Amino acid sequence: MPSKTMEPIVETRNLRVEFRAQNAGQPKKVAVKDLSLRVCAGEVFGFLGPNGAGKTTTMNVLLGFVNATGGAAFLFGVNVREPIARQRIGYLPELTYYYKFLTAEELLRFYARIFRIPRAEADRRIDELLKLVELESARKRPIKTYSKGMQQRVGLAQALINDPDLLILDEPTSGLDPLGRMKVREIIQRLKNAGKTVLFSSHELGEVETICDRVAIINQGELKVEGRVADLVAQHQANLEKIFLDIIGYQPQLSA
Amino acid sequence: MNTVLAIAGVVIKELYRRKDFYVLFVLTAVITLLMGSVSFFNDAEIVRYVKEIALLLIWISALVIAIGTTARQIPAEREHRTIFPLLAKPVTRAQVILGKFAGCWLACGLTLIVFYLFFGVVSGSREHHWPLLNYCQSLWLQWVMLGVVVAFVLLGSVVFAAPSSNATISFIVVLGILLLGRYLNQVALQQPEPLRSIVYGIYFLIPHLEWYDVRDLIIYDQHLVGWLDCALATLYASVYMALLLFAAWLVFRRKALNQ
Repeated sequence: MPSKTMEPIVETRNLRVEFRAQNAGQPKKVAVKDLSLRVCAGEVFGFLGPNGAGKTTTMNVLLGFVNATGGAAFLFGVNVREPIARQRIGYLPELTYYYKFLTAEELLRFYARIFRIPRAEADRRIDELLKLVELESARKRPIKTYSKGMQQRVGLAQALINDPDLLILDEPTSGLDPLGRMKVREIIQRLKNAGKTVLFSSHELGEVETICDRVAIINQGELKVEGRVADLVAQHQANLEKIFLDIIGYQPQLSA
Repeated sequence: MNTVLAIAGVVIKELYRRKDFYVLFVLTAVITLLMGSVSFFNDAEIVRYVKEIALLLIWISALVIAIGTTARQIPAEREHRTIFPLLAKPVTRAQVILGKFAGCWLACGLTLIVFYLFFGVVSGSREHHWPLLNYCQSLWLQWVMLGVVVAFVLLGSVVFAAPSSNATISFIVVLGILLLGRYLNQVALQQPEPLRSIVYGIYFLIPHLEWYDVRDLIIYDQHLVGWLDCALATLYASVYMALLLFAAWLVFRRKALNQ
């Protein structure tokens, strides 16, 4: 468990999100049920769950895209309803197609301008980030010419342009080939070593087990388990994938 | 303001990196030059017809660019999911609306300058005089009118998910106002109640875009519109822009982004 005295970087208190039913007469869909989480500084926190479990909805609340029906969410102690709460975060959404008519350099300069980063400092960060995500040679090429892996890496670079203290990554390795996955994983590892706080969702449980300090598993909007990866593995005497499948109630269909 | 200008800058880059503007400019230029090079019936006044056609093409091209560019802004941000990294930064939805508006409107202004420069060169080379103030007044009023169109289409782009339906509806409404708006009060007089009140209501509700069509200033070398009238027309359009942008923000601030 995180230290009680440490200030949480991310905190949700009894978070509840309901969506209107598609058809009249149907009950509301509860996407997140009374979710309470704390992520402390310097942690890499894995947010796991099957598709439709409520991971992206929770992230959307943290990012201010969706308003919570009940409870509250805070980033750095500031309610997520305030835009200033997002000043120190970086966000990489799942599968985004960035402005295809811009080059990687122009895209990063655009986001740097939003953060009011001075020109010289922006130039330095752009060089540094393009080197980090290995896109230096493609920096002047329009994004429309990039492969999926390159697009994901330019996305990671934009998430880091403001040198954020907290990174929220929504399935950062989704749709990438093994090499692309490895590169993204290495970048997360470097950020962890640099003391950044990372909250990320993923279906790649092997990489979660390797990178994360703590994980939370949610299913149907409810928190099922939360704890240190090493503790969970020791407690269940199984790897994270087995623990995950047990928790979500997966029954293997064995044929005779 | 910094955020609004940054978003506007991306919109302007999009305009000059897409083919739409170049296609329309080349089309206008080719038609104008062809018309200008032919002498019909040895008519000495032929240059007036050429000017009339060239200005009509400029009006149509500017409307196509304004509506086409604006209609795809918000839907493209949602479809390509770029709205998520943008709003995950300290950017409000009001700033997104204002940035998109500023970008589209400024892009229209730049387009008009290029078109009017071309028009000025062609027309001046035939007539050997350049009524610069007439050009400036006509360009300014057309640009102000396009501001109302851009704000209207932006409102449509947060209501309709498909840019094509927004663009089609916007074209019909704008052309309807330009062609029929000035006659609505006369139509109202011929209607029985309650239709008369409804038509009158529409007459007073719609922005009268046709007031901004001062092409005759250039075609017939007419006297300039009074500067006070020009200022009042700008104020009138600004009120409509503000109301339409406010409505766009009201819709957009509650809009679910992933639908």
